[in-house]
Amino acid sequence: MSNRFFQIASATALAAVVGIVVLNPAPIAAQTPSTKLLAAKKEGAREKASAVPHTPNGKPDLSGYYTNASAVPLERPKDLGSKEFFTKAEADAYAAKIATKREVVAPGTYGDVHYNMAQFGLEKGQSKIPESIRTSLIIGPEGRVPPMLPAAQARAAARQAANRGHEFDGPEHRGLGEQCLLWPNEGPPMLPEGYNSNLQITQGEGYVAITQEMIHDTRIIPTDGRPHLPSNVRQWLGDSRGHWEGDTLVVDTTNFSDRTAFRGSSENLHVVERFTRTDADTVKYEFTVSDPSTWEKSWSGEVLMSKIDGPIFEYACSEGNYGMRNNLSGARADDAKKAAQK
Amino acid sequence: MQNRLGSLSIAWTKIASMALLAVVTAAAQTIYRAPRTGDGKPNLNGIWQAMNTADWDIQAHAAAAGPVASLAADFAIPPGIGVVEGNEIPYLPAMADKKKQNFANRFKDDPEVKCYLPGVPRATYMPYPFQIVQSAKTILISYEYDGAVRSINMGKPTPAPVDSWMGWSYGHWEGETLVVDVTGLNNKTWFDRAGNFHSDQLHVVERYTPRSPDVLMYEATIEDPKVFSRPWKISMPLYRHVEKNAQLLEFKCVEFAEELLYGNLRKKPAGGK
Repeated sequence: MSNRFFQIASATALAAVVGIVVLNPAPIAAQTPSTKLLAAKKEGAREKASAVPHTPNGKPDLSGYYTNASAVPLERPKDLGSKEFFTKAEADAYAAKIATKREVVAPGTYGDVHYNMAQFGLEKGQSKIPESIRTSLIIGPEGRVPPMLPAAQARAAARQAANRGHEFDGPEHRGLGEQCLLWPNEGPPMLPEGYNSNLQITQGEGYVAITQEMIHDTRIIPTDGRPHLPSNVRQWLGDSRGHWEGDTLVVDTTNFSDRTAFRGSSENLHVVERFTRTDADTVKYEFTVSDPSTWEKSWSGEVLMSKIDGPIFEYACSEGNYGMRNNLSGARADDAKKAAQK
Repeated sequence: MQNRLGSLSIAWTKIASMALLAVVTAAAQTIYRAPRTGDGKPNLNGIWQAMNTADWDIQAHAAAAGPVASLAADFAIPPGIGVVEGNEIPYLPAMADKKKQNFANRFKDDPEVKCYLPGVPRATYMPYPFQIVQSAKTILISYEYDGAVRSINMGKPTPAPVDSWMGWSYGHWEGETLVVDVTGLNNKTWFDRAGNFHSDQLHVVERYTPRSPDVLMYEATIEDPKVFSRPWKISMPLYRHVEKNAQLLEFKCVEFAEELLYGNLRKKPAGGK
């Protein structure tokens, strides 16, 4: 119960953290929660298909609460070259290194006590992280997001330039996370968040619903073979359609808004996800991302999702968005001060 | 005497049982039995929506002009016969003024105008559809408005750890009816745009009963000793979206509320994008 309270406190305190996340996404993404590697299922370990539970309607039962927190970075560190897998010993050493990194708490940094998710989010030591010998979530010899096409680079640069010097002008300048519109990694593809990487899968007849803790975003995926929405309807999370291939749920998502801009993507972003329950505690989540207007080729990755105890508590984002209010009122106070000095 | 009494009582029993049979038969004819899910429960899966004007005012109300004269008929307030049983909301004497004050300030104070999570029962009768995704252990209700969501736990109830906007829901089946007990609701949501309100002592018991393949009867008993002198009830039908390929779409209204919430904090004159 007290654990729950801390997580709730973290959710409430979150609005204040949001600004930092948006300003500085890279270091946080790197601070993937770690330490205890509770789910000892090795990658590649498979139980018999018969061990996978099914719903009364005969579909594989994916329902439950999961975390997709991971000690594995999205992109492979460059010094590892084309090395796709660690040995078990190397993987342990790497996870330990990540865990140690999180212990460093420098005053005035993200890791400082006020925003220390180990303290308020109970991430450190609480997150259940599946063991993996992967060196990156992105699979293949490169292990990295392919280079952006020149047109996509220009698009991203223009976007940044338009906002430069105006970052505190109004709410629409603050970034999607701080606006409580979209979390950077909520996807699809769903990648580990800096914290609260929790999700709930509910299976009804003809539908699979995925609720993410962050911003309580829910995707309801029909599995009845219907077509995608008309192409003029664009959504932040796109439009998802699912079907079963044997024991695997395959989800195809299109109709993204160009404002979704997943790692610089355009409205032509297309994501295919595959959910396979590999044992009682694990769902293997595979994804392929393509966007001919952004990357010269598609790229794919794999994340292991581990069962956790539910429920997921309500993440009311905009309702407690003190971060937005404080950032803007701080900027207006600065404006007034500068005007007075003139 | 003994015999006589005995035969009388037999006669009475016979009459009573015949009467009972008649009642049971009549009831059996009116109680609709819904199709079942794979685990044998009434199947409530689907996209549903109320077809009334309770979100404007849960009590009976006449049509009225909208808040912005230039928006004319498009945003006028539609009339409605109300969803409150008996039409009276039993506010404690000290609470009636608060409702009037809310009403006066409704276009800036209503949590809905700010795109805040709507709470229960209001989420049910907003002018947006919602979807029930039913599994054995959990029934998820996903609302189009603000992407609000509730997970109804069909397991053993535990107390709400802390208050939240959408509350803490436990469900169980009573025959054809899904009964949901909702506690842990905060004091920040309203019942409607007319400013009807509650405290953090709100306790809602919802009943969802299939009436026909495409109609669910919805009933909510509302209890809040800090605000109301007695429990009261709302009820309404909910209709299934039967159109082909019906689906919930995104209604992330957060950005539509930014001007209202933060407009006074914008840089002036505005620059940038």
